[in-house]
Amino acid sequence: MTCFSDVVLLVLAMGLVLSLIRLAKGPSLADRIVALDLMATITVAVAGVYSVAYRQTVFLDVAIVLALISFVGTVGISVYMGIKTGKEGR
Amino acid sequence: MTVSELITIALISVGAFFVLVSAIGILRFKDLPMRMHASSKASTLGVICILAAVAVHFADIAVTARIALICAFLLATAPIATHAIARAAYRRGIKLSPETDPDELAEAED
Repeated sequence: MTCFSDVVLLVLAMGLVLSLIRLAKGPSLADRIVALDLMATITVAVAGVYSVAYRQTVFLDVAIVLALISFVGTVGISVYMGIKTGKEGR
Repeated sequence: MTVSELITIALISVGAFFVLVSAIGILRFKDLPMRMHASSKASTLGVICILAAVAVHFADIAVTARIALICAFLLATAPIATHAIARAAYRRGIKLSPETDPDELAEAED
């Protein structure tokens, strides 16, 4: 089981690296926000796999907090991005 | 190897596959709406598969309740966040891929 969870964590880390490349390259601010949102979602998955690999259910609380914080952060940055144009009426 | 271990391994494999697919999609697709399409759908499905595998592995009511909370939260907030990003970016006038030929939102907003 530990070998399997190592492979899964490696695959998830590859996903993190790919979205990190998009975060660095991203032509616009919105691309970077999407990449950060995906990284937070992948980190929730990493917390789940960790809790299976190390038999520690506390990592699930980490996953709850990460999901909450990433939602607030994403909506906050995108509202900021809308305000800067001055067109976000409603 | 028991049945619950087999189910755990299968669900975690499917979930990791979908997460990797969404990361590849966010890197390779051409413009912002396509990238958001890859990111939001595939990553939500992958993460929920992995969390379901965790619930099967522990088979405990406290763990299952927490995982149900995380899944409900992900399913409720992913569309809201995606909608907020897409709306702000479109209002800001991001460049769409030339393959998006009829821009129906622009016609509807006139």
